[in-house]
Amino acid sequence: MINLNVNGKAFQVSAEPDMPLLWVLRDLLHLTGTKFGCGVAQCGACTVHLNGEAVRSCITPVSRAVGKRVVTIEGLSTDHLHPLQQAWLELDVPQCGYCQSGQLMSAAVLLKEKPDPTDADIDAAMSGNICRCGTYPRIKKAIKEAAKLQKENTHA
Amino acid sequence: MKTTTDKSRREFLKSMAILGSGLVIPFHIVKGMGRGAAAAGVAAAAGNGPSFFAPNAFLTIMPDNTIQITLAHVEMGQGVWTTLPMLIAEELDCDWKDISVQHCPPDPAYNHTVMPLIITGGSTTTWSEFDRYRKAGATARVMLTEAGAHKMGVPVSSCRTENGYVISGDKRVSYGEVAIDAALLTPPKDVPLRKAGEWKYIGKGVKRLDTPEKVNGMAKFGMDVQYPGMLTAVVAHSPVMGGRPVSFDASKALRIAGVRKVVKIPSGVAVIAEHFWAAKKGRDVLKVTWTDGKGASFGSVDQAKRYREMASTDGDEAAKKGDVVAAMGRATKVVEGEFLFPYLAHAPMEPMNCTVKVTGGSCEIWTGTQMPAVDQANAAEILGISKENVKVNTMFLGGAFGRRATPESDFVSEAVEIAKASKEFIKLVWTREDDMKAGYYRPFFIHKVKVGLGADGMPTAWHHNIAGQAIMDREKKLFPLSGKIDGSSVEGVNDSPYLDSVPDHFVGLHSPKEVVPVLWYRSVGNTHTAYAMEVMIDAVAHAAGKDPIEYRRVLLKNHSRHLAALNLAAEKAGWGKGLAEGHFQGIAVHEAFGSFVAQVVEVSIRNGKPVVHKVTCAIDCGLAVNPDGVVSQMEGGIVWGLTMALYSEILLDKGQVMHNNFYDYKVLRMFETPVIDVHIVPSTEKMGGAGEPCVPPTAPALANAIFAATGKRIFELPIMKHFEV
Repeated sequence: MINLNVNGKAFQVSAEPDMPLLWVLRDLLHLTGTKFGCGVAQCGACTVHLNGEAVRSCITPVSRAVGKRVVTIEGLSTDHLHPLQQAWLELDVPQCGYCQSGQLMSAAVLLKEKPDPTDADIDAAMSGNICRCGTYPRIKKAIKEAAKLQKENTHA
Repeated sequence: MKTTTDKSRREFLKSMAILGSGLVIPFHIVKGMGRGAAAAGVAAAAGNGPSFFAPNAFLTIMPDNTIQITLAHVEMGQGVWTTLPMLIAEELDCDWKDISVQHCPPDPAYNHTVMPLIITGGSTTTWSEFDRYRKAGATARVMLTEAGAHKMGVPVSSCRTENGYVISGDKRVSYGEVAIDAALLTPPKDVPLRKAGEWKYIGKGVKRLDTPEKVNGMAKFGMDVQYPGMLTAVVAHSPVMGGRPVSFDASKALRIAGVRKVVKIPSGVAVIAEHFWAAKKGRDVLKVTWTDGKGASFGSVDQAKRYREMASTDGDEAAKKGDVVAAMGRATKVVEGEFLFPYLAHAPMEPMNCTVKVTGGSCEIWTGTQMPAVDQANAAEILGISKENVKVNTMFLGGAFGRRATPESDFVSEAVEIAKASKEFIKLVWTREDDMKAGYYRPFFIHKVKVGLGADGMPTAWHHNIAGQAIMDREKKLFPLSGKIDGSSVEGVNDSPYLDSVPDHFVGLHSPKEVVPVLWYRSVGNTHTAYAMEVMIDAVAHAAGKDPIEYRRVLLKNHSRHLAALNLAAEKAGWGKGLAEGHFQGIAVHEAFGSFVAQVVEVSIRNGKPVVHKVTCAIDCGLAVNPDGVVSQMEGGIVWGLTMALYSEILLDKGQVMHNNFYDYKVLRMFETPVIDVHIVPSTEKMGGAGEPCVPPTAPALANAIFAATGKRIFELPIMKHFEV
């Protein structure tokens, strides 16, 4: 049995230690917001937070998550209150939507580390996340918008 | 004179085997629809009275005011989850917040208005549903008004509707309150639709209805289907295209914890396990012997050689005027180009998957599909049951771009075969590698083009031969080909507006057959024809010593919609003025799926490689129902076009696909995405599509910009092959 803390809740799962965190989340905990896109850390659709860091869960063995805080898209906020989710809604960022969980999770770490990201910061943080629908221009805009919202929230 | 819009749309529809029906609103209620278990009519017939109001197949109004809208098209990113409800809401006067949306079941009531099947494709959804969905809303409004007037005891003529209420003076009743009464009325026949000036939603736009669930992980794609008792299947496929399994040794696979069964199916050997990871580990240690089949001798190098030879001779006639050979002999200058377009994989973010449960004589399917009824029929055939016993639940599609519309339902059929062979409730999941290697590519094409110029520098002879697999010619019952020409192989060349002013021309087509299956890929034939035409026109303009935009303006003088897009894009891009040092522009304009799109691409060369800085785009799609949705399709289509132009190719050697995943099938990423500036031409012309017409001009405009920067004319895609150091 492996003990996990996902989105603030404790879980026990029966899994081999080398099973990727992605499949533990999706197939054992039924948290399907984290997506499978490539399986080799190339597309970023599976991005989750491990102690506040963005990791590709498709190549992260579940053993690495033991004793750490795992946050998935389902735990990013309740009721779309994260500034990124608000900005995503405001700019209608998603098209098919499949990659967006991963985009949001990567962007959330960026915003935490760089509350006022430049274009270059966004390019550096987000280039590991592929979107075949081509929503990159809106993602970039929405991250800047979210940065503004975040500032307003802190000052309010 | 027929415009090219009419011509290409006619060709497209003809090739899709159109029966030709007018607007039909099915005024019957489809079994199992709506929130209640039984349809109103069924319940009423049983003497129970209706429990909700479903005036037609597209709309159900519940007593709690919920407006349930059923889509005859699927949401794959292009925004129909919002656009079709807009059309209903425009006439229904409902509260936008009360709307909930669902995909339709595979019932003929949801057949395309101009094609005899349920299909999402050809960039047709908005224009083809513009009347049907508005009418569905208007009909309901009239019935609700009548029921509301009766309930309030006022004449119908004193009533108006607003935001989900029937209102008369200071009295009002909600749609929900009179839904049951309205259900007992006979639907009126010819309800007038509102005039453009009265529209509240159309042309103005609303926020997408699917965004909330796509930003919190709640949206359910085929991949996300989970049920108790459901197992996951991963399939070992033949490494050689077209190979079939002969025998297998599953002893190691069965020792992996969680693996339950291993079964042989026609397309491979399936490992069935409690979860994906166990199934994948099982597949990794499976031993299978394969028949190579005819694929073993297939290679891309040989294919290119064969097609070049083919394209050196005249193919089947796709367009002809005058005597092109004689005219070429009289030309003062001849410009030639031989183009190569590789196979392309769609590679949507969600790999192919399908969940199947077979119980006795019935079957239930969950998947993301562009043709649910086709999948239903194929599943029924495999199982030897009637299609009425196959239920299809269409989930959100994690990208499709044509890939989820296979006439033989390849991944759905495979899942059904596994469920049949294993007698298990399974979800088939393809890995990215399975997805990449499965075929159903944009066909490989060679174009050989020769253009003769007159003394004034304008083209007088255009000789164009194309070689590439047909998509329609599949010897299948679906999408049969009448005649020799698959319109999707030549669209954009044989109906090119440029040929109108070329007195002598010939367009020929060779359609070889190969072991590699091919399919429509976002903008289909236009992915290569626009490139060949727009790069040639640029080359010809250069040979004539003319500005490429001026040259196009002369040739397109009778094509006002092309011109409007071209001029707007050029103006907004500041063509030829104020460019940063070392920056260069290229332009292209193309009509596809009834819309006219021009793009200006701005590049520079950095470290010997092209860098794309900006793409300016103008589209005339007629009325833009949801303008921000159109802009978002243009943005996405340009990113798609840049990926295709710069990086995409699928090569095969000895029948094996040489690409695996995103590390060797590169796609555009954030850091290389240019600024994209989209403008919609104000237009009252006939409506066209949006999802695909944005793609074709990007690659040629980019190639033309690279020519302007380097003097290098790129005839073979992908572009980055020419800049490898």
